[in-house]
Amino acid sequence: MDLALIEKKSDYLWEIPPTASMHVPARIYASEDLIRAMDGKVYEQLVHVASLPGIVGAAYAMPDAHWGYGFPIGGVAAFDAAAGGVISAGGVGFDISCGVRLLKTGLHKDELLPHKEKFADLLFASIPAGVGSQSALRLSGAQMDAMLRGGARWAVDQGYGLKDDLERIEDHGCIAGAVPEEVSAKARERQRPEMGTLGSGNHYLEVQEISEIYDAPTATLWGLTPGEIVISIHCGSRGLGHQIGSEYLRLMVLEAEKYHIPLPDRELACAPVHSQIGQSYLGALRAASNCALANRQILTHFTRGAFQKLFSRRDLPLLFDVSHNTCKEEEHRIDGEVKNLFVHRKGATRAFGPGHPALPEIYQSSGQPVIIGGSMATGSFVLVGTKEGEGLSWSSACHGAGRAMSRTQSGQTWDGRSLMQELAARGILIRATSSQGVAEEAPGAYKDVTRVAEASDKAGLARKVVRLTPHICVKG
Amino acid sequence: MQDGGEWEHFPHGSDIGVRGYGHRLEEAFQGAATALTAIVADPQRVQPLKKVEISCGAPNIEVLFNDWLNALIFEMDTRRMLFSKFSVEIQEGHLTATAWGEGVDVQRHHPVVDLKGATFTELKVEEHKGRWLAQCVIDV
Repeated sequence: MDLALIEKKSDYLWEIPPTASMHVPARIYASEDLIRAMDGKVYEQLVHVASLPGIVGAAYAMPDAHWGYGFPIGGVAAFDAAAGGVISAGGVGFDISCGVRLLKTGLHKDELLPHKEKFADLLFASIPAGVGSQSALRLSGAQMDAMLRGGARWAVDQGYGLKDDLERIEDHGCIAGAVPEEVSAKARERQRPEMGTLGSGNHYLEVQEISEIYDAPTATLWGLTPGEIVISIHCGSRGLGHQIGSEYLRLMVLEAEKYHIPLPDRELACAPVHSQIGQSYLGALRAASNCALANRQILTHFTRGAFQKLFSRRDLPLLFDVSHNTCKEEEHRIDGEVKNLFVHRKGATRAFGPGHPALPEIYQSSGQPVIIGGSMATGSFVLVGTKEGEGLSWSSACHGAGRAMSRTQSGQTWDGRSLMQELAARGILIRATSSQGVAEEAPGAYKDVTRVAEASDKAGLARKVVRLTPHICVKG
Repeated sequence: MQDGGEWEHFPHGSDIGVRGYGHRLEEAFQGAATALTAIVADPQRVQPLKKVEISCGAPNIEVLFNDWLNALIFEMDTRRMLFSKFSVEIQEGHLTATAWGEGVDVQRHHPVVDLKGATFTELKVEEHKGRWLAQCVIDV
């Protein structure tokens, strides 16, 4: 991004002052290095988002921001429905409620090492992953409705996991206000063979080691100890979410004129929250979010099953489950007044700080865990939400490393098989259905997650707690 | 006319663009469809053994192109199929097509990635000097 276009406010905050079309400024949280490397399209997309009706505060970009669809990936924007605010299908994205959860194993890395190859094979055999993969699970129409209403809560009721898991998931595992009737027959059909599947692309299941502690009191409070093995699961709402995203994007593009919303980019397609389409999308979006929560819960059950086969126990408690493609109705304070806002987080993680009423008791004193996924080789981070994040970014932080290179370029630069051998030599076992897929997800195709996490920390969005380094990665 | 059409991919920050060309609009649509398959697997390895009929309509040609690709993604996803040959006819904003392909065979096709949806990013359907181009970015 061209630094001449933006104003430096501090070492980790940059601003695009409002132009004629912008209702609010745009703010980017990043170090100078990250800003220089950031795609120029992020600037253009932030300006567009800041020009949408009913936006409040500012249009925000997180340190991992890159070129997205209408909104930048790593973008956050809140809209006041009472002031004509909009909801945008593009602002949520195609993979509705894609997110990450982290399971604690209580296993030290020394206990994993003798069984590492076998555990990798077991996980790969237990987790349906890759193109065309299916689980044995098939839901009837009524079961699908119940899943879309109940989310992870439904999954736990069906025997996929524990009641204790639910308080460690955003919104206690169930998004209220889901309307399954707004989910099309096509979306349901896409989902039918895909419940309990990981997917492909950047989705993964990783066995990781807690390799560095930055915030010892919080790590201790959360039961995270150096050398402990944890398991991360990254995936979303699968075919159902993708279909809903496609259908509502089209609908909003075609109806934008009716609502007199100028769209400099069709991917910004949106509708007033209080319009018929806005309400219909909200109902479908919440149902798709529940689908994602249920899906991650089922995958957790499969993971516990694989763990039990090798280690004769399945007590893998959840640290937390975060979603990073969402639009949630939240209360935020603006100029001293509490308002109900529709907060879009596209490739951004909610990061509520200590004392936030939406957090479960266990995270009241610390703030919520914020899980940041890196690439296959560079590792991941767990951060904690801050109180100041509320005033900075509607309590939001980054979600991952962010791509630095296109899939096309990455696929041409690396050879998947050689890469897997190279990583195996470094102690990172990859189990994947496609070596070309591995090449497209090569660690070198991503930004340095360390710098992204560092920038989130320094900007005050969320504070680093621990670093995770990978041992096993299951890819679709 | 039935064929895989002339096609190419173009880069996008995090996903991938598909582009089809042809002397007729329909050929450009066919080419882009082959480019769509080529994101997942080598179209030359996909045998046209089974046919699927597709029909869609839209108020303008660009939305129709988006609909065409999304219809293919839906069929690929729900039938667990890949397609390599296409026949497209377009009349007054309505598309009727046949796509030929076969079920995904992981050992033979080595499928790379699922397709989430066709986007409106870089969406363009245009004619220049008697040559049609149809393109957009696919979210994977």
